[in-house]
Amino acid sequence: MAKQINLIIDGMPVTVDEGTTILQAAKKLNIHIPTLCYHDDLCVAGNCRVCVVEMKGSRTLPASCATPVAEGMEIYTNTIKVRTARKHIIDLLLSEHNARCTTCYKNGNCELQDLASEYKISEPMFIDLVPYKNYQVDAFSPSIIKDDSKCIRCQRCVRTCEELQHVSALGVAYKGDKMKISTFFENPMFEVVCTNCGQCVNRCPTGALIERNYVDEVWQAIFDPEKHVVVQTAPAVRVALGEDLGLQPGEIVTGKMVTVLKRLGFDSVLDTDFAADLTIMEEGFELLGRLKKALVDNDPNVKLPIATSCSPAWIKFIEHTYPEYLDNLSTCKSPQQMFGALAKTYYAQKRKLDPAKIVSVSIMPCTAKKFEADRPEMRSSGFKDVDYVLTTRELAVMIKQAGIDFGSLPESHYDSIMGVSSGAGVIFGATGGVMEAALRTAYEVVTGREVPFNGLNITPVRGMEGVREAAIKIEGTKPEWSFLEGVELKTVVAHGLTNAKKVMDAVRDGKGKWHFIEIMACPGGCIGGGGQPIPTNEEIRRKRAEAIYREDAGMPIRKSHENPEIIAVYKEFLHEPNSHKSHELLHTHYKARQRY
Amino acid sequence: MSSNFLRRVDLIFDKDCDFKQVLQSAYKRNNDEIINELLESGLKGRGGAGFPTALKWKFTSEQPESEKYVVCNADEGEPGTFKDREILFQVPLKVFGGMAICAKVIGAKEGFLYLRGEYRFLLNELQRQLDIFHAILDDLKIAFRVKVVMGSGAYICGEESALFESMEGDRGEPRNKPPYPTVSGFRKKPTVINNVETLVYAFMIFRYGAHKFKELGTADSRGSKVFSISGDTPKPGIYELELGMTVDQFVQEFGDGDTKAVQVGGASGFCVPRKKFKDTIIGFEGVPTGGSMMLFNSSRSMYNVLHNYLEFFEEESCGQCTPCRVGCQQLKLGIEAVKRGDKHANYLDQLQKLAQTMKITAKCGLGQSVANSFFSIVENFKEEMIY
Repeated sequence: MAKQINLIIDGMPVTVDEGTTILQAAKKLNIHIPTLCYHDDLCVAGNCRVCVVEMKGSRTLPASCATPVAEGMEIYTNTIKVRTARKHIIDLLLSEHNARCTTCYKNGNCELQDLASEYKISEPMFIDLVPYKNYQVDAFSPSIIKDDSKCIRCQRCVRTCEELQHVSALGVAYKGDKMKISTFFENPMFEVVCTNCGQCVNRCPTGALIERNYVDEVWQAIFDPEKHVVVQTAPAVRVALGEDLGLQPGEIVTGKMVTVLKRLGFDSVLDTDFAADLTIMEEGFELLGRLKKALVDNDPNVKLPIATSCSPAWIKFIEHTYPEYLDNLSTCKSPQQMFGALAKTYYAQKRKLDPAKIVSVSIMPCTAKKFEADRPEMRSSGFKDVDYVLTTRELAVMIKQAGIDFGSLPESHYDSIMGVSSGAGVIFGATGGVMEAALRTAYEVVTGREVPFNGLNITPVRGMEGVREAAIKIEGTKPEWSFLEGVELKTVVAHGLTNAKKVMDAVRDGKGKWHFIEIMACPGGCIGGGGQPIPTNEEIRRKRAEAIYREDAGMPIRKSHENPEIIAVYKEFLHEPNSHKSHELLHTHYKARQRY
Repeated sequence: MSSNFLRRVDLIFDKDCDFKQVLQSAYKRNNDEIINELLESGLKGRGGAGFPTALKWKFTSEQPESEKYVVCNADEGEPGTFKDREILFQVPLKVFGGMAICAKVIGAKEGFLYLRGEYRFLLNELQRQLDIFHAILDDLKIAFRVKVVMGSGAYICGEESALFESMEGDRGEPRNKPPYPTVSGFRKKPTVINNVETLVYAFMIFRYGAHKFKELGTADSRGSKVFSISGDTPKPGIYELELGMTVDQFVQEFGDGDTKAVQVGGASGFCVPRKKFKDTIIGFEGVPTGGSMMLFNSSRSMYNVLHNYLEFFEEESCGQCTPCRVGCQQLKLGIEAVKRGDKHANYLDQLQKLAQTMKITAKCGLGQSVANSFFSIVENFKEEMIY
């Protein structure tokens, strides 16, 4: 047990572990100290100074987020000295900030706005500095818009990009009054190593970093009588959307979400989970194919381990950082893009629609999906496979704009075709889910038996550890897969690009002897995606993940290869996994990019 | 020197010093003796903050880690200060000697001298002196090495924790304290970081003994100090003077007969107006200084002086913390607006309150000390601010 420290905060004694900060100790006493640069997921910066408190015997007011407790400390969190200082600091931030809140995308969800309201900032105390600044908006990226005029220099984005993602696309440039958050050579985000993961957007307290929104474009399409608008919803959206609409983290809103999408006017409400099941078929057989080449044909050119390719931010990360390993990536498109390619081919044929008149919209927990949909490779239907990508947050905006009371909506089912999915498709939304779904199918294909885990729950690949290894021994194979008899299939799962780097470095250094790697760019997987409701922290992500696994457990079908619509699409259209047609529509290639 | 009041001392520039012998005898003593001698001398840090040097060494020596460092802060950036440059030019061996004694006490194998970017011209000679120093160490079988690390011209890197960040190859931004450098400094290891002048004095204390140092100065400000004297003075330059004089004594010696104010301690220091010359002692009991003494005569606009300092701070703030980054801009624009008449004179009161907030909430000494010059100039020269 850690050494115990006794201190007094606002006259109340409290005992905490050594190393606890004043902020954390105050929280234990239910004392709220305002913060801006502090974030649960990040290292302490102590640079906004909003959380200052008075400490007996100290000339200065220490930042409570950055100051560890000490024995006998006496802290006052609400004195006139503290209030004056905090008000000054908030006023200073406002003087540097483009405070045209009414036209700000983050209006109503801004920590600076909340603080200004809490401290009843009325007349600006200081001179407006905005006219003195040459603030720029970087709106070149299809995913993320960066508006320096809204930036309060808390550096949460910088820490996110460096600590969680090991990307460091964002950094601090210049000093003094010219200090700003910028990129390599101040290039647009679009041209640097930014993976579009949007984790910075999730942690930006103001409107300085936001997703590029396509809400108006989608409304236009919905109300265009010529257009047939199909919408797909990613697995992780259904366990988080409620948070933006007044519900608690971890509530499953699948049925309500389907109802609301129909009410909004989408012509067909379909499920990305269907495409996730399809991904399992394609990727599972790709894995087995590569294993066969390696073990039976002794093909020296076969690339193992094979790495998942569902996460577009991970794809861009590997393209920049480990381009020599691009051939190790599964050639499978992500579920979003598989869906998109089928929507304007298979779906169009079945529904007898002109693909030119189909508008394909996806609701994603992700900002990188916007970039992915824009990639030139993603036009295999002959059109742009996915026209518009909306984040979970943007969908919430549309629901609010439509004046719908989400909480009171009845539940309904997805439309068909491409609306049926299995539990394996659902768990794509959490880290480890693709691995688990793939193992459920691959093991059964090879042995004819279910994976040897209680209730199909492959718990070793679940959880929030950054890197998780698991091995599964293949025994009792069917004759055609006998070359896998006795093979121990080694897998590793990582989430957050900093953890991805650890895995890739281990592969590069020959230390990681795995067959199959699952990587999701965001902490917790897609449930912690850059397009999910704000705020985020580990507790919220855990609740969303638990909801994902509850949803899986409640599904009648738990394995991708048992999804009847999957069986149908192969029978009617694709013929078999990794067929020529599959390769045309469902597989892709990657592009080496520069390190800077 | 002609003054009756000021004692010019020549402790540190004295070249008649058997460097090797001083080092050898210091190395023969045990660590407690060394710390006690230093404690006895009353030596306080010469960078301006005035922390007792002996305690810094003692705290670091008590840390259990095996990897420790001694760093010489030669990032002399305070406006009006140029004495470290002269020390490094004249008596670099004594600086290294101070580092070597400190290294013995704390158990460091490596030392670094962080040299101000603008002092690159000293580098070649310093390297040559280092070779001589290392040869002497080898001769005495002392396992210690010093490397020079170049700064890049940022004022903030004189702040000790920003200096470590810079040395580690990162952006020079101050760290949160605690932990202090004695616990977690360079490479997060216990580190003694001393100003150039402090290290020389430490070395000289082991040459002459604590008593000789202690004889000089006052109870709160022992010893002598090297001053960089500039501005409206007939004899600008570098002088080693006994501590404890009043500003009045100083002005009588260095003024041009028309001195209206002395800025003690550079842009981050205090402005002493004529009416307070007699009552103000230069030292830790009055106005502390890292050595910068700027004299202004009646031809100078104190508004311009303050504006110049604020421009300096606005640019040299690292930009990390709100009070310093935005506060400096507001103070500068604020006095401009009052001067132009766009803001009422009582806006100065608002700015003074802001300066007070900066003094108690800024993350490091830079932001905290902007208030020093702001208060002392605005309060004493209010009419110059307004009209």
